[in-house]
Amino acid sequence: MFSGFMANAWEVATIVAIVAGVVGFFVVLRGSAFPAHAIPNGAFAGAAGANLIGVSPLVGLGVFSVIAALGIGTLGRRGRSDVVTALALVMMLALGAAFLSQSTEYEPEIFSLLFGEILGVSSNKILPVALLGLACVLAVAVLYRRLMLTSIVPDIAAARGLQPHRMEVAFMVVVACATTMTVPVVGALLIFALMVGPPAAARCISDRPGRALLISVAIALSVVWTAIACSFESNWPVGFFVGTFSAASYGLGRVYGTWRRVRGTRFARISH
Amino acid sequence: MHILFEPGFFSSSPVRTAVVMGAVTAIVSAIVGVFTVVRSQSFAGHALTDVATTGGSGAFFYGLSPLVGFIGAGVIGAGAMDLIGVQRARSRDLATGIVLGAATGLAALFLFLDTTKSATTGATQQILFGSIFTINPRVIPIAIFLSGVTLLLVGVIYRPLLLNSLNADLASARGIGVRTVGLLFMFALAVSVALSSIAIGSILSTALLIGPAAAALRVTRTIGAAMVVACILGVATTWLGILLSYDSYYWVSSGQGLPVSFFIVSIALLLYLVSGLPVIRRVVETGKLGTVA
Repeated sequence: MFSGFMANAWEVATIVAIVAGVVGFFVVLRGSAFPAHAIPNGAFAGAAGANLIGVSPLVGLGVFSVIAALGIGTLGRRGRSDVVTALALVMMLALGAAFLSQSTEYEPEIFSLLFGEILGVSSNKILPVALLGLACVLAVAVLYRRLMLTSIVPDIAAARGLQPHRMEVAFMVVVACATTMTVPVVGALLIFALMVGPPAAARCISDRPGRALLISVAIALSVVWTAIACSFESNWPVGFFVGTFSAASYGLGRVYGTWRRVRGTRFARISH
Repeated sequence: MHILFEPGFFSSSPVRTAVVMGAVTAIVSAIVGVFTVVRSQSFAGHALTDVATTGGSGAFFYGLSPLVGFIGAGVIGAGAMDLIGVQRARSRDLATGIVLGAATGLAALFLFLDTTKSATTGATQQILFGSIFTINPRVIPIAIFLSGVTLLLVGVIYRPLLLNSLNADLASARGIGVRTVGLLFMFALAVSVALSSIAIGSILSTALLIGPAAAALRVTRTIGAAMVVACILGVATTWLGILLSYDSYYWVSSGQGLPVSFFIVSIALLLYLVSGLPVIRRVVETGKLGTVA
C-alpha cells in the first residue's frame, strides 16, 4: 500500500490536504463556499480548452481559475455577489462543454478531471504541486492578520484602512492557485468537499482561530489518508470517500460542539 | 428566412421537443428564480442541480426512472440543507456546501459504478451536461405536470414567502412560520431545479434559474413585474439559444455544432451585464427614455 505509485499518492494527498485545510479555513470563515465551488469548476473548463488547443492542462487550469477568481471578485463588488458567482460558474461550465464538443476527448479523462485520479499521480507532478501548495500557504501566512480582520470584523478592518474588497480579490486568487494545483489530483468537484467539510468541523470544535486552523489541517489530513486507504482496499473511487468523509467529519464536529456546549452549561449550573 | 433558420429547423422533432420543454422550464425557473435571487439562495439553487444529478446517476445504476432519482435526491438534499441551517444567512453557504460535498462524493461512486456496470461511454457527460436535443418526449407530460405543482406551491405560499424574503423579522412578528415557509420554498426550488436539470442539463438549469431573474429584478420595481419580465427573458433566451445552436452546426467546419448550453448561458450572462448598465438603470429609475437629469 505504501510502495511504488502509491508513495506518490500519499505524498500528493498530504500536500493537497494541508493546502485545503489552510485555505478552506478562510473559505468557511469568510462564507465563500460558493466561489470556492465555482473556481475549481471554471478551472475544469480551462483544462478542457487546453486539451483542445494542445497546451498543458496545468496552463489552462491556471489561466481559467484566475480569470474566474478575478471575474467573481470584481463583478461581485456591485450587485449581488452570489448571482455573479452563479453566472460566472455556468459560463465557465458552458465554455467547458463547448470545448468538449469540439474535441474527441475520451470519457475517462473527463471523469478524472472532475473527480481526480490521485492513485495515478506520476513522480514528475509532485514538484509543481508542492511548489504551488507552498505558495498558497505562504500567501495565507502573509495575509493572515488582514484576512482574519476583514473576515471577522469588516468594519474595524475598514476603519484601519484595509480594503475588504481588495482582500476578497486577493483571497480569490489564493483559492484559484490552490485549485490549479489540486484539480488534476483530486478533481474539480472534490477539492471543494475538502475545503468545506474539515474546516467547518474545526470551527465547531474550537473557537480560537489559530487552534481551529491546526485542527482543520489535521482533519483534512485524516480524511484524505483514510480515503486513500479505503480506496486502495475497495477499488472504489477516492472521490467517494473524500466527499462522504468530509461531510461526516462535519457531522461529528457538530455533535462534539453541541456536546461541549451542553456540558459547559451543566458545569455552569453546578458551580452556581 | 434561410439566413436565420437553417434548413429543417421547424420540421425536426428534437427541435420541437426542445422548444416546448425549454419554454416550460424557462418559465418555472424564472418564477422560482426571482425568489431565489431575492433570498440570496443562488448557491443552494445551483447545488441542488448537482445533488439532483447525483440522484440521476444513482437511479441509472439501480435501474430506476431517472426522474425519480433526480427529484428524490433534490428533495432529500433540500431537507438536509434546511436541517444543517440553510435558513440563517450566516450558515447558509456552509450548509449548502456540506450537502454539495457529500453529494459529489456519492456522484463519484455512482458514475464509477455506472461505467463499470454498463460500459456505455458517455454516461458521465450525458448526466452532467445533458442536452436539450436529447429529451425523451415521454418525459414531457410528467415534467409539465410537476412544473404545474411547483408553481401552485409557490402560488400558495406567495404572500408569506414574499414577506419572509424581504423582512424576516416582520414576518415572524406577524406569526408566519418563517422556517416552514423557508422549507416549503426549498422543496419548490428542489423540484423545479431537478426538473430543469433532467430536461436541459445542470448547467442550463442554474443559468435559467439565476440569469433572467437577476436581470429582471434589476430593471423592475415590483416582484410581480420582475416575474413577468423574467419569464419573457427566460423564454426568449432559451429559444434564441436553441436556434443559434441548431444553426451553428452549419458554421463550424468540424461538423459538430456548439452545445445549446453555451449559447443560452452566454445570452443570459449578457442580459445580466446589460441590465446593470447605467443607461438602463437611469431609464428604470426615472421611468422615462432619454437622458433626464
